[in-house]
Amino acid sequence: MSELTDMTIAGARKGLTDKEFSAKELCEAHITAIEAADEALNAFIVTTPELALALADVSDQKLQKGIGGELEGIPLGIKDLFCTKGTQTTAGSHILDKFTPAYESTISKNLLDAGGLMMGKLNLDEFAMGSSNETSYYGNCLNPWKRDTDGANLVPGGSSGGSASSVSAGLVMGATATDTGGSIRQPAAFTGTVGMKPTYGRCSRWGVVAFASSLDQAGPITRTVEDAAIMLKVMASYDPKDTTSVDIKVPDYEKSLAGGVKGLKVGIPKEYRVDGMPEEIEQLWQQGIEWLKAEGAEIIDVSLPHTKYALPAYYIVAPAEASSNLARYDGVRYGLRVPGDDILSMYENTRAEGFGDEVKRRIMIGTYVLSAGYYDAYYLKAQKVRTLIKRDFEEAFEKVDVLLTPTTPGPAFAPGEKGGDDPVEMYLNDIFTVTANMAGLPGISVPAGLSSEGTPLGLQLIGKPFDEAGLFQVAQTLENAAGLLPAPDRWW
Amino acid sequence: MKVDEALVRRIAHLARIKVEDADVEHLKGELTSILGFVDLLSEVDTDDVEPMTSAVDRCMQPRPDVVNDGGYADDIVGNAPVKDDHYFMVPKVVE
Repeated sequence: MSELTDMTIAGARKGLTDKEFSAKELCEAHITAIEAADEALNAFIVTTPELALALADVSDQKLQKGIGGELEGIPLGIKDLFCTKGTQTTAGSHILDKFTPAYESTISKNLLDAGGLMMGKLNLDEFAMGSSNETSYYGNCLNPWKRDTDGANLVPGGSSGGSASSVSAGLVMGATATDTGGSIRQPAAFTGTVGMKPTYGRCSRWGVVAFASSLDQAGPITRTVEDAAIMLKVMASYDPKDTTSVDIKVPDYEKSLAGGVKGLKVGIPKEYRVDGMPEEIEQLWQQGIEWLKAEGAEIIDVSLPHTKYALPAYYIVAPAEASSNLARYDGVRYGLRVPGDDILSMYENTRAEGFGDEVKRRIMIGTYVLSAGYYDAYYLKAQKVRTLIKRDFEEAFEKVDVLLTPTTPGPAFAPGEKGGDDPVEMYLNDIFTVTANMAGLPGISVPAGLSSEGTPLGLQLIGKPFDEAGLFQVAQTLENAAGLLPAPDRWW
Repeated sequence: MKVDEALVRRIAHLARIKVEDADVEHLKGELTSILGFVDLLSEVDTDDVEPMTSAVDRCMQPRPDVVNDGGYADDIVGNAPVKDDHYFMVPKVVE
């Protein structure tokens, strides 16, 4: 395996500028890596090597003239939830069969405009609904890490499973991802990568297939904190086409990396110490506290009393919004159509065949909680609980600058191990991540060590609204203390 | 909250998803489990709490009411499963 695929974005950017190698060479090395891993990991739904090579040629010309963009010649993967002009976009669903957008999502356009190379569209849970990439119509994506206790294949987490797997395996240098309840941070934790979910409104949602509009937010998955800072700076922008996108300046996140944590107040929310949490997660958390304390941070215990209600409230709000957003898939304007005797049976047949089981469950829950007579008891109640969750955070952030928690309640599991009999078992994966979505706050997962099974574990930082720079600063300190994890064995 | 067969069929109809007889039984169990899980919220006192309406404390920006987009009907119908010229074709709706 070529060492070009082991480099960071920051390192490759320097190598390209210094003409140590060309964008074409970098691109070809990644195409080779993708081809070698494609069958084993199934990280891509579609690969676009010709497109990537054509873009690499343009990048080489620009680099030659010294006019390269911020990500000029850098091989990237795009989660297949982002509409890409002329390249199929499936959202991991049968119901978007053959859908080829005539437009480019704002985020992927920002990346292309900065010189990024699109290597292909990455696997995901269907419509981003899942925590293991097992609900994709295009098959499971696997984690490049295996459990060393029994050698079992593992899930990469979800919903951004392909993004996390491809970055961890060295198939791309960075990937776009989206996070509605933890879908950037949980797969990052499971694969030993860095996953940043920005503040709601920081990145445009235009052209991103909608799941739950008040929770969805896109961000990067990369191998280092520095790379996440580089990518987010390009992805984030104010976009008049997304009315929830916020018009404030995007800072140069790279400049905040060296800030350190001296004198910073780090909050430890006691409610994140849940029943049945494995001892090793508690130890990891303690280790994180020690690392930050050693660098001069002040550790302060805080309380977020409504934490345990975040996940149940999420499973009202997210399905409700999904049932509304996914009403558009009816076999009329794009995607799959299954004929019927009349238009109603055409709708029902199309949606029965086009949606997978998990998506159907969530649409049905959402339909129920919004139906006449139940709206107040469920949806309105959940939105009120959301106010309380947000208030908890606001009160905590009067005392501290940032919060430190585990990212997940456990390490990566094997396909089929969770949620088979009861969907709620799978939902519990998001118990520590979903709170940030409910309150619209930024969060980042940083690799912090290995489990007793030899697989990655992550620590999460949650910040104040629009303080991604502050999160990168603390995340860099954590990464320095933890050290980078070794690359997973290339068994494929 | 126990979901019975009639409720499964009613929700499926509202959601415009055809449900096979064989799927009713497991849907009953799964929907009951999820609704049981979210019932935890009933213990929260929300009497004087305003519902959250926006994830960020910002007002949406108004924009000028002008035509600034359009004129690409070919693209709009480009992905249609069945089309005729610039029309989406569906089974007959009005007798």
